Amino acid sequence: MFQKAFAWLDERLGLTTIYNTVLDRKVPKVNWWFTLGSASLFLFIMQGVTGILLSIYYVPSPDHAYDSIQYIMTGVTFGWLIRGIHHWGASLMVVVVFIHMLRTFFYAAYKYPREFTWFTGVILLLATLGMGFTGYLLPWNQKAYWATTVGTSIAGTVPFLGPFIIRVLRGGTDLSAVTLVRFFSAHIWWLPALIAAMIGTHLYMVIKLGISSVPKEED
Amino acid sequence: MPKSHPVTRRDFVLVVTTLIGSMIGAVVGLPALAYLVSPAVKVQKSEDWIPLGPLENFPAGSPTPFSFVRVKENGWEKTANSYGVYVVRGSGDTVTVISNVCTHLSCRVTWKEDAQGYICPCHDANFDIQGKVTAGPPPRPLDTYQTKIEDGSLFIFFEGA
Repeated sequence: MFQKAFAWLDERLGLTTIYNTVLDRKVPKVNWWFTLGSASLFLFIMQGVTGILLSIYYVPSPDHAYDSIQYIMTGVTFGWLIRGIHHWGASLMVVVVFIHMLRTFFYAAYKYPREFTWFTGVILLLATLGMGFTGYLLPWNQKAYWATTVGTSIAGTVPFLGPFIIRVLRGGTDLSAVTLVRFFSAHIWWLPALIAAMIGTHLYMVIKLGISSVPKEED
Repeated sequence: MPKSHPVTRRDFVLVVTTLIGSMIGAVVGLPALAYLVSPAVKVQKSEDWIPLGPLENFPAGSPTPFSFVRVKENGWEKTANSYGVYVVRGSGDTVTVISNVCTHLSCRVTWKEDAQGYICPCHDANFDIQGKVTAGPPPRPLDTYQTKIEDGSLFIFFEGA
């Protein structure tokens, strides 16, 4: 019965083909460093799930941001766990994505024909850092406020365009509700959309080109 | 000669992946459910016995006004609502506690000594000292509270707004 239903679906959706192409593809003998890409993907999904859960209670406004997070931490059942996973997962994701890049670099896996995979990877690393930067402001506590003040000021040291860049990042000359809500927007819409699109491209190329093996002495 | 394994490497990886995957799913998924329904489960108890103080504070004769505040919590927001009552002391320990909310359109009624009644400023409703309607549009007498006296102190039962 189940087999018949599966065969019916498989004939129409090509599930076996997807499985064989994505998961049963041939790979060279590699080591544990090659698991960091999957680890990054897992962390991204985990951040997505816990982030969506946090958005149920979080309010991106100077009046409510801090209090709503206090409420998540002390008032909501398991709120501390969901926020804890999101908080620590964020730091872990930056570390894992960075080591993933180091592995690619030291194994020279960015060379022909994988230049474009590397290029999308660079965007993914930068977007991940952007997620860290924008997410850091959202608790709207002293640390968040001043870290963002400093961070946006650094961006403002660009010659000529500096003051303009500051106003773009802050949505004005000073940190305000406008800053908070545009960081929130970047954090939950723009950057995740960019990351999802880049992960799709990245994975497509990993599957299409196959992964490179560990370089040998003669390489 | 290589040892033959009863479990293939492929099957082992499949089982371990499924197990660890389910564990991670459970560790995040089950708390997530509790997290979602949390405000529905943690319902604030609104009914309570409100202390009005020693009974001798409310002498027989004219109704004595008393007001108290109840705080409602929704998430991290607290709303304080003020409620007013009139305490009507009868003979001995008999006491009636009447809400000052008019039963017509919820304006606040006030005891007028010269009129010997509660007057509603909105539509000229009149209630006698026990809260019965004597004039005006209200459909029913003023609401009364359930009372109790413990160690000489008066309490009323607040059922919620």
